[in-house]
Amino acid sequence: MKRRLRMLAQGTRMLGRDWRAGELRVLAAALVVAVASITSVSFFADRVSRALVRDAHQLLGADLVLASDHAWQQGVAEEIARRGLERAQATTFISMAITGEPGGPASQRSQLAGVKAVSENYPLRGRLRIAPAPNAPDAAAASGPERGTVWIEERLVTALGAPVGARLKLGNASFEVAAVLTLEPERGANFFNIAPRLFMNLADVPATGLVQTGSRVWYYLYAAGPREAVAALESWARGELGRGQSVENLESGRPEVRVAIERAQRFLGLTALLAAILAGVAIALGTRRFVERHLDGCAVMRCLGATQGKLLWVFGFEFFILGIFSCTAGVLVGYGAQFVISGILGELLRADLPAPSLLPALQGFLVGLVLLLGFALPPLVQLKNVPAVRVIRRESGVTKSGTLAVYAAGLGALAALLIWQAGDFRMGAYVVAGFAVAVGCFALVAWILLRMIASGGLVRRLGARSTSLRYGLANLRRHSRGNAVQVASLALGLTAVLLLTFTRNDLVDAWRRSAPPDAPNRFLLGVQPDQLDAVKQFFARSGLGAPDLSPMVRGRVVKLNGKAVSAADFAEERARRLVEREFNLSFAERLPTHNALVQGEWFAPGEDGLSVEEGIAKTLGWRIGDELSFTVGGEAFSARVTSLRRLRWDSMKVNFFVIGPPRLLERFPSSYISAFRVEPGGEPLINDLTARFPNLTVVDVGAALRQAQSVIDQVISAVEIVFLFALGAGLLVLYSALVATEDERRREAAVMRVYGASRAQVTGSQRVEFLAMGLLAGLLATAGAAAIGQLLAQRVFELDLPPSPALWIAGPLAGVLLLSLNAWLSARKVLSASPALTLRDSV
Amino acid sequence: MKNSEQTILSARGIGKTVKSGSSDLVILREIDFGVIAGEAVAIVGASGSGKSTLLAILAGLDTPSAGTVELDGTDIFALDEDARAELRGRAVGFVFQSFQLLPSLTALENVMLPLELAGRTDADEIAREVLSRVELGERLAHYPKHLSGGEQQRVALARAFSVRPKLLFADEPTGSLDAESGAGVIDLIFELNRGFGTTLVMVTHDEHLAQRCGRVIRLAAGRIAP
Ligand SMILES: Nc1ncnc2c1ncn2[C@@H]1O[C@H](COP(=O)(O)OP(=O)(O)OP(=O)(O)O)[C@@H](O)[C@H]1O
Ligand SMILES: [Mg+2]
Repeated sequence: MKRRLRMLAQGTRMLGRDWRAGELRVLAAALVVAVASITSVSFFADRVSRALVRDAHQLLGADLVLASDHAWQQGVAEEIARRGLERAQATTFISMAITGEPGGPASQRSQLAGVKAVSENYPLRGRLRIAPAPNAPDAAAASGPERGTVWIEERLVTALGAPVGARLKLGNASFEVAAVLTLEPERGANFFNIAPRLFMNLADVPATGLVQTGSRVWYYLYAAGPREAVAALESWARGELGRGQSVENLESGRPEVRVAIERAQRFLGLTALLAAILAGVAIALGTRRFVERHLDGCAVMRCLGATQGKLLWVFGFEFFILGIFSCTAGVLVGYGAQFVISGILGELLRADLPAPSLLPALQGFLVGLVLLLGFALPPLVQLKNVPAVRVIRRESGVTKSGTLAVYAAGLGALAALLIWQAGDFRMGAYVVAGFAVAVGCFALVAWILLRMIASGGLVRRLGARSTSLRYGLANLRRHSRGNAVQVASLALGLTAVLLLTFTRNDLVDAWRRSAPPDAPNRFLLGVQPDQLDAVKQFFARSGLGAPDLSPMVRGRVVKLNGKAVSAADFAEERARRLVEREFNLSFAERLPTHNALVQGEWFAPGEDGLSVEEGIAKTLGWRIGDELSFTVGGEAFSARVTSLRRLRWDSMKVNFFVIGPPRLLERFPSSYISAFRVEPGGEPLINDLTARFPNLTVVDVGAALRQAQSVIDQVISAVEIVFLFALGAGLLVLYSALVATEDERRREAAVMRVYGASRAQVTGSQRVEFLAMGLLAGLLATAGAAAIGQLLAQRVFELDLPPSPALWIAGPLAGVLLLSLNAWLSARKVLSASPALTLRDSV
Repeated sequence: MKNSEQTILSARGIGKTVKSGSSDLVILREIDFGVIAGEAVAIVGASGSGKSTLLAILAGLDTPSAGTVELDGTDIFALDEDARAELRGRAVGFVFQSFQLLPSLTALENVMLPLELAGRTDADEIAREVLSRVELGERLAHYPKHLSGGEQQRVALARAFSVRPKLLFADEPTGSLDAESGAGVIDLIFELNRGFGTTLVMVTHDEHLAQRCGRVIRLAAGRIAP
């Protein structure tokens, strides 16, 4: 014990001395970068996943919603207050809204509205958004409408000709239009078959005289507060529910936001993985250099009586303490960065994120220590094997034993940790395996090419003209193994840098394009089959382009493989909801262009089948070959699932969970639906449309679209921060790879000069060698970055990435420039010092 | 030390053969001699005669192909390498032709190193004291690369003597030095040899220096020349 303590003390002293000598800075920097990127991302992911749950509550308007088709018994409302929870109330019903003087029918306009009467503190979670006029910038409303006023959707404004300030009548009461409603979170994405929304104050409802027994009215109670209290209320309420009453829970949320955030988390996770592995490489390279520089010192220490075990412990402690300090610094940096990321995403995630938990710090710390152990230990272990006789005979080298096995173990442990951290086995495995393959390929290709470049014939033919060229090429051949390693590490660092600059830009652009600025901003619902031609003509005449009208059949799933399906079969709330509701089914001959088949075949002509969205299939446990039975308006049909599709939720196009061939679904009553785009100022067209076809409904999804776009923009800026870490790690790898052979080259140059080589010859031969290596590393890195970019785009992000010519120019150029700069710098170092000094330094 | 006539180092039947390519190369054969505590012994011989190899074996840095070495009463090749290292730390000091100072450590820290490795808590004081004895008390914080060759070798001497070794092995300690600083280092070695009662085994090319030692062992083609 006392001996261990002494070694710990010795390790600490050595740490101080090596730190002072600058031997450990790259190592420490690599560790800090790795830990910082891992922790910032997992801190952030941790907070976001908790925020997403809350976000879902905002869609609900509360933590818990109780719905009833008749007025709530007094006890329930009181119970909410009694449990110390916030409470809000709402009532919904359909009513005719009328403008103009009752006496003058000419100016009188009316429109069916979906009325929602709310208590002033509605919603308890999230905010309603309102604007002073259609298309004017909107803002969050502090509370629901005041008494005597209503907020109406744009559709109502145009249909009723009732701008802000106008008056309209609901039943027996008259109201002032106080604002245009732009966003009702609770309504989210399910705006189908809902009349345009009108918000009013709950206290005004009796005056309208509209709510009488027998009218179709829903009563809602909202509750919000601490999780445990809400959960307790929920279980209590479930026991109290009578007929026509239900507890409403989390809806699946806005799919476009979910997609963006999931993608961002994948982006972030991947970048952090990349940073960690790159840092690992920098650590391995840095440690190798450290070991080479300490071989003599260790031999001396062995002479002075240090046993192998002692050396191992002392260096082990030295690195361990270094690890503790660097990892702590990394966690702190990561914690700070996470605040910046959350700041950028603050608006997206709404106000206060839940405080970060400690788990990410622990994860980052562990990753850092494993990195250090896995990548520094194998070379470090060599130090103890230095024979003491090296002090007398310098060539006495180190017997290398089993370092590869130790590396493999380290890499394995790291992979396990990273996969645990990323929480995504497939992606983690992709990255780790892809990385190992890339390193192997780089080294192999570099080695073969270097030997080819330096092959005898070439050297003789070119070398006849210049000694520098001959020496340079000969050096390439002589060092081919060491150079191959160096080129591979350079290529690796460069790949990371290229990936994070060029490819990242392309990826981000592709991502932005996924929600293009000309995406549809209106949905058209309820087109009857006999109106199709007329509607199409209207669109053509108005210059709105041809609408892609998709048929929609509403049906309920009743059986799976002959067995009845009920909500009770599912634990997941989303699954229950899906099963309880009517599905929007569609039929089509061909696969919609914005969908992609991921499994199975599209229907062959003349065959029945169903194509299902892969997410819903997963949620509901449907597989290819399962037979599904639906009822549509009392009639039933069955078909097998023949394919799974992937949708672009953020494309803002019309999407269907289930599609069948026309022959299966055509016979059912259907209506058509379309997404289209109206430029600002095009509202009168919409009014013309609804005036000509009064049964049609036009839904404004512009707000949702704008939101989706701002989500993507914010997410992208957050991702960029983590990119910086990975970029830093990539640069560290580059630096470590460059200095890896510096000592040896300096010694060689000094020897050459002692034997009379001119400065020009020395620099010339090094320049040739570096140029070849730079070009090679640049080409390898470019190919690597292009390949990885494509793989990521297609497999992980589901985006199309066009090939980038800029990358193919910049990559090789960067390699050549980098190594030329390095050649110039190292030549200056070597030549400015006298050969004697260099040699003395290096013995 | 019970007795000033005690043999502190004895070599019996030392042979060293290395494989070079397909044939065996004999570097040393049948070396026998003893060294008495406090003695100063020079090993001389032509270049390539095996001096350095012999020294490395005597100090337990290298292993012989045949024969035994007894150092301070211990058969060192009956020990494993770690035990030999401990014995070196306890009883042996080294000075090399190429100094072998650690470049990232200051002069003081270089001298402290063996003391620290031995777990001494007074490493700092002892190192300062020894460094002032080699007249480098003013250069404590200097790094090896800022010291002249002679100064570096004096730091190496201070390092060797800091643990008060019973035996000092020196392999051409003046080989990298000019005549003047070489002489200074040699004077210092003998001074310390006398002052601490350290036994000295020194490899040298320098006939004059060899004569200052009490005894000269001549090597020729791997054997002790008569
Ligand atoms: N491990 C080894 N493998 C092959 N040959 C060796 C080895 N060690 C020593 N030799 C050879 O043994 C011979 C003696 O070497 P050694 O270093 O002991 O000579 P030396 O007397 O110290 O010479 P110098 O005065 O030049 O230092 C040399 O020819 C050397 O090349
Ligand atoms: Mg020698």
